Amino acid sequence: MLWIDLIVLTFVIFCAIAAITVKDLLATAILFGAYSFMMCLLWAVMGAVDVAFTEASVGAGVSTVFFVAAVFRTSRRTKD
Amino acid sequence: MKLLGFIVVSLAGALLLYGTQDFPAWGDPQSPASVHLSNDYIEKAVDQTQVPNLVTAVLADYRGFDTMFETAVIFCAGLACFLLLRDFSKKRERYYRHVSTGVILHVKNQEKKLTVGNEFEYMDKDWVPSDLIIKTICRILIPFIQIYALYVVAHGDFSPGGGFQGGVIFGASFILMAISYNLKTLVNRIKEKVFGIFAAVGVLIYVGIAALCMPMGGNFLDYSKLAPLIPGDPGHIRALGMLGVEIGVGIAVTAAMAIIYINIVSEGRHDEGL
Amino acid sequence: MTDLLPLIVAKYNYWLYVILMMIGLYAMIAKNNLIKKLVGMNIFQTAIILFYVSIGYKVDATLPIIQGAHGGQGAAIQAADYINPLPHVLMLTAIVVSVATFGVAMALAVRIYQRYQTLEEDELRMRLSE
Repeated sequence: MLWIDLIVLTFVIFCAIAAITVKDLLATAILFGAYSFMMCLLWAVMGAVDVAFTEASVGAGVSTVFFVAAVFRTSRRTKD
Repeated sequence: MKLLGFIVVSLAGALLLYGTQDFPAWGDPQSPASVHLSNDYIEKAVDQTQVPNLVTAVLADYRGFDTMFETAVIFCAGLACFLLLRDFSKKRERYYRHVSTGVILHVKNQEKKLTVGNEFEYMDKDWVPSDLIIKTICRILIPFIQIYALYVVAHGDFSPGGGFQGGVIFGASFILMAISYNLKTLVNRIKEKVFGIFAAVGVLIYVGIAALCMPMGGNFLDYSKLAPLIPGDPGHIRALGMLGVEIGVGIAVTAAMAIIYINIVSEGRHDEGL
Repeated sequence: MTDLLPLIVAKYNYWLYVILMMIGLYAMIAKNNLIKKLVGMNIFQTAIILFYVSIGYKVDATLPIIQGAHGGQGAAIQAADYINPLPHVLMLTAIVVSVATFGVAMALAVRIYQRYQTLEEDELRMRLSE
């Protein structure tokens, strides 16, 4: 159980670093969704099923949609 | 700025890493967080509330006041998006498409309107041809998503889920409709006024159930005093009270999610968007 | 060796939370784009939520949903058998509030873009000083 936890945590950190370094905001949106979903997996492993369910519907679902909507109305361009 | 930020972050991170020394081991049953209040909740919640899911029991009953204002926060977020972005000015130009020939009409005079029907269809400025497969799949999928959302709300007492999750899934079904058809379809089918009223009604249901306990002789949010109003086993009255509250939360969250999405994607003009 | 390994692993967990939190803080301080800053804020929030949830975890315990609650009379409930539900409740609240703040922040970003045609912090500062 602990090893699943640590492997997923490492993935989470990769996703977080990628989400803030990539130079395209649409890519950031998708990587952020992946990050949220990994988080949700981690919480399900830790037994927090309610929190995991909320994160799967809120963080990985609706937040990403809001993000894509905002990128659609602004720009994909970013300097860093 | 980058260097300064890196220094600040490194210092804060080093301090926090130093602080982790004194933490209890991971998963220790005797850690301070697990020995004081939570044992009371775990051992007594089922006797007192008849709700097996402890998270729902604590969320909607023991900490009901907290959740009430959280619902108010969601409502305020919807209201803030509306006030920030809503633009009531008339649209300057419109696009129509003649269905049989595919000719696109660009109408600049804002007084002039064509009747949208079999002959002409409304068109977005950056238009993509509507995909039959996506439309059909989404039309089949949306009712199932909505039934699942209702299931999640209704079974919040017994399994993971509850008002927030169910409300978000229900709101996501509306968003899916807006994405698969176009925004105009959603806005025409459900008026923004209806969404606004529903967001307020959800909060009102919560506060109403909570306040109804006071004339019945209890404290605010003391569901057990509602027993004379509802027939059936008086032992389950707290579970029923929680269910009512969760329905209120679900309605408020559904409407707030739809309001936020519609306002962001159309920049408040409610005409075209993703 | 069998005793040492879980000890290291337990602390490794907390180190990763701190690293995640600092990634979020760094993005909030050093990134130039407003939306990147928002992503940093969300990463910070999720790291704190992760920390709280992991505090509630107990070894050899099950989910905080009581088994056989209706009809299982007589079976006493042991607190050590169930994961601590209190951090979960607090963090459920935090996640839902975080999506509300995220929506409002996105609305503000769209509004800023409408007015200044940019989301970069330095360009915004230039426009404001003109």
